Order: sequence, then C-alpha cells, then structure tokens
Amino acid sequence: MAIEIVQPSVGLSKIAVSETHGENSPYFAGWKAYDENPYHEKHNPSGVIQMGLAENQVSFDLLEEYLESNQEATSWGKNVSGFRENALFQDYHGLLAFRKAMASFMEQVRGGKAKFNPERIVLTAGATAANELLTFILANPGDALLVPTPYYPGFDRDLRWRTGVQIVPIHCESSNNFQITPEALESAYDHARSMNMKVRGVLITNPSNPLGATIQRKVLEQILDFVTRKNIHLVSDEIYSGSVFHSDEFVSIAEILESRNYKDSERCHIVYSLSKDLGLPGFRVGTVYSYNDQVVTTARRMSSFTLISSQTQFLLASMLSNKEFTEKYIKINRERLRKRYEMIVDGLKKAGIECLKGNAGLFCWMNLSPYLNEATREGELEIWKKMMEEVKLNISPGSSCRCSGAGWFRVCFANMSEETLEVALRRLHEFMDRRRNGQKTHDLSALAQVQSFSLGDICRLFGERSKDLKSDLISSLSDSR
Amino acid sequence: MSDSQHKQKTSLHSQATQALPDFHYHTAGKFPATQMTQTDPRRIQNSGLEDESRDQSQSSSTGMRLIVPLQGIVQGRGGLILGSVIPCAMYYILQFYLKRLRSPPNPPEQQTSNPSSPTPSSSNLAELSRSASRSNLLSRRPRLSSRVHSIAKSNDSPYYIGLDKASADPYDRFSNPNGVIQLGLAENRLTLDLIENWITNDSILGAGGGLSVNGIAAYQPFDGMPELKVAMASYMSQVVGRTVSFDPSQIVLTSGATPAIEILCFALADQGNAFLIPAPYYPGFDRDMKWRTGVELIPVHCRSSDNFTLSIPVLDQAYNQARKRGHKVRGILLSNPSNPVGNLMTREILFSLLDFAREKNIHIISDELFAASTFGDEEFVSMAEIIDSEETDKDRVHIVYGLSKDLSLPGFRVGVIYSYNESVLTVSRKMTRFSSVSAPTQRLVTSMLSDTTFIKNYTEKNRERLRCIYELFVEGLNELGIGCTKSSGGFYCWVDMSGLIRPYNEKGELDLWDKLLNVAKVNITPGSSCHCIEPGWFRCCFTTLDEKDIHVVIERIRLVVETCKSPS
Repeated sequence: MAIEIVQPSVGLSKIAVSETHGENSPYFAGWKAYDENPYHEKHNPSGVIQMGLAENQVSFDLLEEYLESNQEATSWGKNVSGFRENALFQDYHGLLAFRKAMASFMEQVRGGKAKFNPERIVLTAGATAANELLTFILANPGDALLVPTPYYPGFDRDLRWRTGVQIVPIHCESSNNFQITPEALESAYDHARSMNMKVRGVLITNPSNPLGATIQRKVLEQILDFVTRKNIHLVSDEIYSGSVFHSDEFVSIAEILESRNYKDSERCHIVYSLSKDLGLPGFRVGTVYSYNDQVVTTARRMSSFTLISSQTQFLLASMLSNKEFTEKYIKINRERLRKRYEMIVDGLKKAGIECLKGNAGLFCWMNLSPYLNEATREGELEIWKKMMEEVKLNISPGSSCRCSGAGWFRVCFANMSEETLEVALRRLHEFMDRRRNGQKTHDLSALAQVQSFSLGDICRLFGERSKDLKSDLISSLSDSR
Repeated sequence: MSDSQHKQKTSLHSQATQALPDFHYHTAGKFPATQMTQTDPRRIQNSGLEDESRDQSQSSSTGMRLIVPLQGIVQGRGGLILGSVIPCAMYYILQFYLKRLRSPPNPPEQQTSNPSSPTPSSSNLAELSRSASRSNLLSRRPRLSSRVHSIAKSNDSPYYIGLDKASADPYDRFSNPNGVIQLGLAENRLTLDLIENWITNDSILGAGGGLSVNGIAAYQPFDGMPELKVAMASYMSQVVGRTVSFDPSQIVLTSGATPAIEILCFALADQGNAFLIPAPYYPGFDRDMKWRTGVELIPVHCRSSDNFTLSIPVLDQAYNQARKRGHKVRGILLSNPSNPVGNLMTREILFSLLDFAREKNIHIISDELFAASTFGDEEFVSMAEIIDSEETDKDRVHIVYGLSKDLSLPGFRVGVIYSYNESVLTVSRKMTRFSSVSAPTQRLVTSMLSDTTFIKNYTEKNRERLRCIYELFVEGLNELGIGCTKSSGGFYCWVDMSGLIRPYNEKGELDLWDKLLNVAKVNITPGSSCHCIEPGWFRCCFTTLDEKDIHVVIERIRLVVETCKSPS
C-alpha cells in the first residue's frame, strides 16, 4: 500500500525519501481500500463506504442554486475590464473585494461576535497550506509545536514534512471527554523541553477535528494564559467554525482576544478555509488571519507559493458578498449537519455504540473501546480491519490521530447521501449483532470446555434465543476443537 | 550622556582604555531602551522599583558612583575592569528582575484598537523588524523563525523596490501620463484581447453555459485533474512544434511556476545543498528557491564577450569552486529562453549540459516558461527533445512550465512540473497539497487548451506582436546610442548602458537605475539584481507597452541619457 520510493541513481533530498508524510498509516491505507472498491448504490452496493473523508456534501444544492441564478456574477461575461484585471492579477495580497468578503463571512459565521480586518487576511491555496505556512514562519527545524490529541492525521505531514518542525502531543483523555487541561499543557511543554526542543507554539483545532466538539471558553482562556506565560504562539485552526450545529456553542479565539481588548494578541493566529463550511474543497481557498504584523507581512510574501487563481477569487468575492445567500447557506447548512449528526448518533446507539457528545463538524467520535479484544493499538487496528474487510466501511482509527486511549474512531457523515448513511448504519448494526453473538458463543465455548457442559445443556440455557445463536455456537465449538 | 561618562572615566583611569568600549556599549545600548519603557503608562503601577531604575537610568553619574565604591573593594590590576563589569551585570540582573515582575508582555500600541491594519509597505518593514528585535530585549514577544528575517530583507532589492514604486503610481496614457512606466515586470499585455475574446465568446463561462458545481466543488486530485493534464501535454507538444510528445502521466500541476520550482528544490536538495545557475538570472529565484528550502544558488557567470551564453568550461569551473568551498552541488537550473537575457540555448550546448550533469551525477531543472514566446529566427529546443533521443538516464531531467507567460494568464496560477523521474513525480504529487490549482480554473483552462485552433492562432499572433514591439523598442534604444544583446524569446531585452554609468561599478549602475526610476519614471531591472557580473546592464520588459507608448519611454530615457553624457 505504501508507495515505494527507491533512491534512484541520482540522489533526492532527505525530505523526498523521508516517511514524514505519514501516508503509510492506516488512515491512508483505508483510503486506498475505498479507491479500489468504492460503494455505489446501484453499481456496487457491496463496495466500501467512505467514512474517512471530511467533506460536506449536504448543501451542494444550495451552491448549485446560487451558481445557476447568478451566472452573471460568476462569469466575467461582457465585463471587459474585469477580465483584464483578473487575467494579469498576480498580486499576492489577493483581490481586495475577496478579502473583504472573506472577512465578513468569517464574522457572519461567528454570529458577528468577532471582527476581522481584511488587511490581516492572507490568502492561501487551502488550509493545509495555511497551516504549513504558519509553521514555516513560527518555528525553526527541530522546534516543537504542541498539539492536543487526538488530532487530524494530516498534521503529521502538513506541519512536519517540509518544515522539519516536530509535533509534541498534549495528551487528552477520554475520562474528561478529551478536554485540554492546564496540567496536560504543562506536561507536554515539559516533555518537549526534556527532549531539548524549543517549544514555539500550541496548535488547536476548534471545533476539534476529530472530536467534532467545540472548545469551551474557560479552556480557551486557560490555553491563552498558558501561551502567554510561556511566551509562545497560539494557532487556532477554526475551519469548522461554520459547521457548528448551534451557532452559540462556538467561541472563537478572536472573541476572547476582543474581550481582552487585544492585549497580547500578537501571538495569536487563526486559520480558516472555505473547504468545510462552504463545502468547496475543490476551490482550494484557505486563509491565515494573524494579529501579528510581521507574521502578516511574511505570510503574504510566502503566499506566492500558494496563491489562489484570480478567477476563483473573483467568483467567490461575488458569492460571499451576497449576504442573502450566505445567511441562508450558513443557517440551512447548520440545520442539515445537526440532523445528520443526530441520525448517525441515534443509529449507532441502536447498534449499541456510544459516541462522544459532539456539537460540530462533519464527523462523530465513536467509542468502540468496550468491544476491543485487547485495549491496545493492535486491538484497535484489528477491529478497524474488520470494519474495512467485513463491514466495508472506511473509518479513521484513533491511533492515527495519536489518541491516547484505544478504541476510538472518527466517522464522517456529510460526504454521502442519507441513503448511503443508512446503509452504513445498517451494516454496522449487523456487524455489532454478529459480534455480540460471536462473543457470547466465544465465552460460552470457553465455559463449555472448562466445565465440560454438554452442548445440549448450553443450548437449553439459551434456548429461547435465536436459532442463529445455536448454529453459531455449534460452529464456534467445532472451530475450537 | 555617554560623552560625559566617557570623559569622566578617562580622567579617572587613563590606562583603562580596553574597558571603555565595553562600558560605553552597555550604557549606550541600555539607556534608550529604559527610557522607552518609561513612556509606557502601565509601568507606573510598579512604582517602587520603577523609581529606583529610573534614578539609575536618568542620571549619568549614578553608574559612575557605583564604580568608585566597587573599585575600592575590588583592588588590584583587574579592579577597574571588574569595577566596570559588575555594575553592568547588576544592571542587567535588575532589568531581568523587573522584566519578570512586569507580568504580561506589552502589547504593541497598534494592537489595542483591533483590528487595525498592519503596515503594508516594504519600506516600513525594515524599520518594523529592527524595532521588533530591539524590543525583544525587554518586552516578551513571541519569537518567529529565522526564515522570517531573510524574507523581510528580500524586498530591499531594487527589483522589488522598482516594482512597488511602479505599481503605486502606474503610467496610463490618458489617466496618469506622469506615472511610472513599468518595464520591470515580465507580463504580456500584447495579446490579452485574444484571450478576452475567447473567454467571452467561447468559454464555458461566457457562452451562457454557466459554471456547474459538479466536478469542481468536491476534493479533486491535488496534482491536477486528468483532463487538464491531457490538454496540457498536448499544448506543450504544440508549443515545441510537435517535435516531442509529452506524457500526461509525467505532469504534475501546481499553482504557478513558483511553487513548481520550490517543490523541485525540496525534492532534489537538502538544506545547504547548492544549484548552479547561469547568471544573469531572474531575481525571483533567490526568493523562490532559497527561502524555505535553505538551498544555495551558485551563479555561473556569463559575460558580454560571449553574448551571455553558457559555456561548459565556465560551468565546470563554478562547479569545482563550489565543491572546494564545501557545497554539495545537486543540480543545474537553466532558464531557456533565458530570463533576463532572452537568448536561446542551442542543441549542442544542451547535449553538453546533459553530459556534464551525467558526469557529475547531478540534476537538471530546465525552466521553459517562455517556450512559446519566441520571436527570432532561432529555433527553440526543449530539454525534452534532447532527452527524448536518449535511451537511458532520463531521471535527472525536470522541466518547469506554466501558463503565466505563454498564455498571459499569471492570475490563473497554473504551473507544471514535467519530470522523467518516478520518485520525483511521486514526491511532487504529494507536495501539491500545499499548492493546488483551484478546480473552476482547471476547468476553464482545460477547455481553453483543448481549443487547438484558438491556441494555434494565439501563439502565431503572439509571436508576431512580440517581434514587432521588440524591434520597435530596440530601434528606439539604438537611436539613443544604446545597444542590446540579441534576444529571441521572452518579454524583454538585455540592455547595455555600461557606457552611461559612472563609476563603472554596481554603485554607478544603481545610480543610473535610481535616476531612471525617480527622474525619468521608468522602472527597469538593474543587472546587479540578476547577479550579472558586469555592471551597466539592464532588463527592460517591453510587453506591457502599447506601440504608442514607445516614444514616450524613449524620450524619458533620453533625458537621463543626455545628463549622463554631458560632462558634469
């Protein structure tokens, strides 16, 4: 599954031959399995359902409707001067109209509770590039960024690969719902220092990917106090801020800064993107919003490696300036995501699976830890493999997110139709049923061996249960011999 | 203040001259900083300690009074030195103590009323970074990476200063006839009407088809859509006159040629490794190739006596020198047609270069951004054609291409890596996640490139117009007695003004550049920005001009030329 890179006769760089891109982890292996055998309602109903991709397709129709009714705005049409400006436009500041529209969209998503200045918006080709760019600016090779676990598997590649920067995990535990605590922050910091690394900052995702939950105000305050005390940076990746099911449940770091009258804000940087909240990952639009002048200036110059096409900027400028559209979109999109979330959580509950209580994002954080044969990474990957091979679902194992407890999985629900989601839930339900029965028979067969019960006795004990159980039991007993 | 100290000190201890600079340095460096913090109103809160420090810092003699008693204690030969060092050390300790007490670091003034605008202009930036580094001593600001400093400096070059100046006050025949004429930017406005016409009449956007969200909204392959790769391969082969066919599977698309070159640097070289690059070269390479990769560029100096063409002995010499200086050379970067000279590489030299690269076991990156923008009688030969005739050992060759120059679409950000090396392709594809082309743009460009009639017509007309404006421009310069090297490709000519500069060195060159920019209001790129070893050469881009503007430019240059010629 790994792409073999043979060192050719003429040498390549260490970066080229390094494994830091991390694409050999199960997270990426699952994708390959999906690519080889993708589910299709009609053509391939037994294929793999992709639940590892955080893509928002629930509001495509709204985008479609907009594009259809606004053809004038989205093309250059007969607007000759518009074309000339755009074809030649290569100023890394980005189109002012687009930066303005972006700033106001970011305000809108936060319910007007934070203000954004278009002059501080640096455009990049996606949030991936924005995160990498900030890492280049904030840290030297060998320095460390502290990132709370579980975190988005792509960070291992995006933040480390070309920059040479290290990630030191801030371990969050299931016992307190994976909340970031001051103790965990301190201990990650001390750990990095003990390995002789310079800690340059903390990177949080809020709402969290993969948890699908927002970070509470109190916790944000603690993190901000921590980075201030240590005199390090804080990167707040808020690419799911518009995908919070109830707008009042999200607090942006921008609001905290405003409430502190922007005191000490120069260590804070926000990453945003239109890939998740507007469902436009194909447009590759991301942004760095920094409160630090020097970071803004440097990021802008560095953005020459990751500029957005002027045509796309032009198109989105008019789309995002259309308040009527954006308001409607944000509102309906939130409702649909909430509905989807409830659908998957209810479905999982019926199958006997609990999830972390979430309130945002395109995924839920599913707890299969009670069903592991052993509470280790191996145990987790065993069940993940079963999911892939038997249930034909690609989900992301917690270990690829560096989760400290075993048995957690990120399950995406917005990149498919409701019908497909139902199929996925049905498959999971059946799997869990089989597994429970299997487990019982497994236990019983062990019991039978120890206590020399006759097969008939056991069958009588569970006589009322299904016939399937009996046959399962028989086969399992015969296997164990 | 420090003067009086100086005097006092010399009078007291005449033999202690060694210690003086040290003391002087500390006082001079420290006191202004303290004064600066005093202006901060918040500090008044810590009044007790504050007053103490203010007393010390304000009175110049306080420092001296400290020395005298200490010298009494620390007798002997080293007494004076220790007597100077100890108060300084104590002062530092006190400062450190105060710094610890002053709990949260001072936010800069402009931050208090957010969201205020950052200072955008490059001239302010130098000041900004300097003051930032000084205040690091006292206030706690989060530190940035060392890359930031090289990036902050980069815009001090005349190349960027000129670009900024011209974009701030751009010439327009009607609306701003006194503005700066931009001859520093390699962008082509000669054929925009053709593109515009196509977009409004024939494209998926213009012809009423609208833009469908299907196939553009969702995640697309980061390294480009297969349809665009096919269209691109065919276009690239059309550009070289169908002498080579390009394989779409060897194409990786990036958001412009800038990331294409950077990705190749990341893939081919480690930090500290070097690329040889024939000079004069495009000033942007210093930024694009070095900033984030930490790669070094070693110029291979070409000279006017060779018409600025590359020769293997010179290359070999540069290679050996680099090795001697401890550099590990990983490859050669060519630009063909050359930027800034505008000449083409012959088939022979390309073969020799390949042999050279083979012998040294290094890579070749061939930047062929201007491949279709040739206008001379000479034939453009792509590195692809050379490698095509070879049976083996293709994996050291990588071509960079894009649509910014040949299709005049820099705003669309479409760049190409074309490599014969599977591993390089694999790595590059992975790296495109940081530099993808947006999907709607890929759709539009695909349909444009697939319209072969349009492309053929466009390329021909573009060549004609380039040739025409090139000839007019060079003729105008010749009338002023200014010569150029012969150009056959690109948007510029390489102009010899060495006879006009005084003194004959880089300073003379920059003086002339400054006069042209600020007096004549013409922005051109000085050769020194392109690492040209001979002073007095300039790159002039003529493709932003309208034919009607040529005489305006020439007249403006004439003014400066005449002042240079007349004995002053």
